[in-house]
Amino acid sequence: MVSISFPFSMILLIAVIGYFAARRKAIAMVKGNLRQLQALPQAYGQTVFFTTFLPATVILLGWAFVVRIMGPSHALISDGLFQGLVIITAAVGAALSYLRVKPSQRARAISERWIMVVLMAASALAILTTIGIVISMLSESAIFFRQHSWSDFFFGTVWAPNFRGGSQLSILPLLWGTLYISFISLIIAVPVGLYAAIYLSEYASPSLRSVAKPAIEVLAGIPTIVYGLFALITVGPMLRDFFVQPLGLGSSSSSVMTAGLVMGVMLIPFVSSLSDDIINAVPQAMRDGSLGLGATKSETIRQVVVPAALPGIVGAVLLAASRAIGETMIVVLGAGAAARFDLNPFEAMTTVTVKIVSQLTGDTDFASPETLVAFALGLSLFVITLGLNIVALVIVRKYREQYE
Amino acid sequence: MNLYHSKIHRSLLVKDARTQQRNNAELRFRAYGLTAVSVGIVALVILLVSIFTSGMTAFQQTKLQVTLELPEAKLDKKGQRDLVAMKKVTTIGYFKVLGDGLIAQLERLGVETGLKAKEVREILSKESAATLRNAVLADPSLIGSTVTMEFLANGRIDGYFKGRVDRASAQLDKNVEPGQLDIADALAERRLMYTRFNFNFILAPDASDQRPEAAGLGVAILGSIYMMLVVLFVALPVGVAASIYLEEFAPKNRLTDVIEVNISNLAAVPSIVYGILGLAIFINMAQFNQSSPLVGGLVLTLMTLPRIIIPARAALKSVPPSIRDAALGVGASRMQTVLHHVLPLAAPGILTGVIIGLGQALGETAPLLLIGMVAFVREYPAAFTSDSGLFGEASTALPVQVFNWTQRADPSFVERASGAIIVLLVFLLIMNALAIFLRRRYERRW
Repeated sequence: MVSISFPFSMILLIAVIGYFAARRKAIAMVKGNLRQLQALPQAYGQTVFFTTFLPATVILLGWAFVVRIMGPSHALISDGLFQGLVIITAAVGAALSYLRVKPSQRARAISERWIMVVLMAASALAILTTIGIVISMLSESAIFFRQHSWSDFFFGTVWAPNFRGGSQLSILPLLWGTLYISFISLIIAVPVGLYAAIYLSEYASPSLRSVAKPAIEVLAGIPTIVYGLFALITVGPMLRDFFVQPLGLGSSSSSVMTAGLVMGVMLIPFVSSLSDDIINAVPQAMRDGSLGLGATKSETIRQVVVPAALPGIVGAVLLAASRAIGETMIVVLGAGAAARFDLNPFEAMTTVTVKIVSQLTGDTDFASPETLVAFALGLSLFVITLGLNIVALVIVRKYREQYE
Repeated sequence: MNLYHSKIHRSLLVKDARTQQRNNAELRFRAYGLTAVSVGIVALVILLVSIFTSGMTAFQQTKLQVTLELPEAKLDKKGQRDLVAMKKVTTIGYFKVLGDGLIAQLERLGVETGLKAKEVREILSKESAATLRNAVLADPSLIGSTVTMEFLANGRIDGYFKGRVDRASAQLDKNVEPGQLDIADALAERRLMYTRFNFNFILAPDASDQRPEAAGLGVAILGSIYMMLVVLFVALPVGVAASIYLEEFAPKNRLTDVIEVNISNLAAVPSIVYGILGLAIFINMAQFNQSSPLVGGLVLTLMTLPRIIIPARAALKSVPPSIRDAALGVGASRMQTVLHHVLPLAAPGILTGVIIGLGQALGETAPLLLIGMVAFVREYPAAFTSDSGLFGEASTALPVQVFNWTQRADPSFVERASGAIIVLLVFLLIMNALAIFLRRRYERRW
């Protein structure tokens, strides 16, 4: 293992000393007459600081990460030697840039170039994250598909992991549960969210709006584990005792309906805030035209505003669907663990995310297909949600441009 | 023919059937909208009421006072007060001493039990023996004397005082006897059993499946705080730097377009995918410690970054161009313009976004399950140790603790889980109130 704290503090120390030394040198070289300098004195200091600090730190962290991944035995040089090299790099950087300090040096431009490098590196992290997600799931999924047939995974109909071997691991029953629950949640969230958005933006008095809008937004700020617990201790038992058992539809408190209902509530603010934006983007002139011809307010909304906003609303629904498909805690606590194809919404079923959690928690053996299947499930989930998001974003973007 | 007398009304003052129908449609439409709004608000109210009613009792705990002798013969046979020898007496031994003390106390008070000694003892929490043992080991001079101490009551007795258990349900429950409830009543009458505010729920670590009455959130809160520190110190600088570049400097080309689409997609990637990423890269590849707040914090950072970048860019965008023009006009460089003028003006908006992002990270559960934060942890994690580095010790987190408790068999854990949710919601409330305060106080409208 590479220790980081000591060389890092040394680098920082050298860089700070370099900063003050360079600043002093710049001032001394013009004998205090700052107007003869190309840049402010601290810019000379910053130039030395960045030249010292950034390359050495990048080498240090990069090497430490590589050694962690490859294992210490693969390190080509010993830890002590490496620490020395890093500190020498910093010192050399400091010395070279210190020697180059002179009044005619364009110090501000140089230090700003370093800052720009930092800013660009931060933006590149977004790309790195995506690459990390894809690589981590692709590599483990590849191992899975070497051990397990892909045709069973994609086209089989049974989910029966067996740690003694001979598992049947098919995504289809899980996908069925996922889509069924998402469908129920959207049936609740889309009309409620849409009507709430319409009412709040077109009808509600300012006083009602000032209460109701934040109240609905609070729903969006509640963590999903809270919804999960709500499904587990309130909605599930209530549905079972007052509805499912009296009607003889089943006996389980965790069911597709439980998870779907609660997830529907969770998605209401999501749909309503997205549709609110979209409805507000419809130009007022279109409403005025319709009202001027004698249409009532609701006729205007139904026949002019909603059709004009339809692409955006479709985009919002797709985004909500992607949220529903990827939601984990509500289904872990509310949907159950049985993988099956069934039409009865009061039966317990399971989803892709539930199985990812259950295959990867507890004692796991990362060589067995029963564990690795989670990565293949994750990859499928990622691809599905990514597809939905991209389509939705393209639709929403096109729609916005239409009225801008 | 007078129009007024014709069968078709032409007056604007009288509604014809079609107008009536259209007006009714208008009313119906309004009613649908109002219903939708009420559905949302009612759902919120039911959600909060159900969590609070089942969780508030977690902040109260039933305790009982026992005055007992600590016999030397049982706790320190050799009588040398040697700690090593004394530690050989396990909690089982202490539980027996404590139980005998309770039985003796009941006899002194004249309470008829009609129960076996074992059943009387089980009024006490299994944790109470450890409480007594720790007290004796901390002060061996107690041995041989008579002490009065406060102990936790068993979870079922606690439930009885909170209305969760009654005599009818006790009849069916093999973990509690109606006779035990009679003893509890008798003790309560003499003010030796009472319900008090439960500091241990917030401070103590988790307890095993058998003793829900002793379970607390201390480790989970500490772990969550560590993770939030990691998120704050990594995501804030990186997120602000990225949004400055993308909003102020990035040329409009393929690459920056890809980055932008990428960021909006990353914001919508299911959180569990970040858990898979953390498991594969940080734990399996880089061999960081499982269940450590460092890994949890890094995973949450990656998840929060796009959710910080998007509002930060909006805040930067809302600073009017005239500010930039003025700075550039007096000779500032583009970097100076941004760092000295635009960024300070956008700071309140950026901070609001960061706090909201932190709030989302605080409540996130799914990715943490995958990196092993479900582990049962009783030791408070240290912020830094030379073995495991910064934030490297095993820990758990608030939302994960909730999940953990929902998986336990004893129904008393439902109360604990709801109580933990209340603590979580209070933290979120504080953070969001801070965000709203910042926005109200410092945000400028241009």
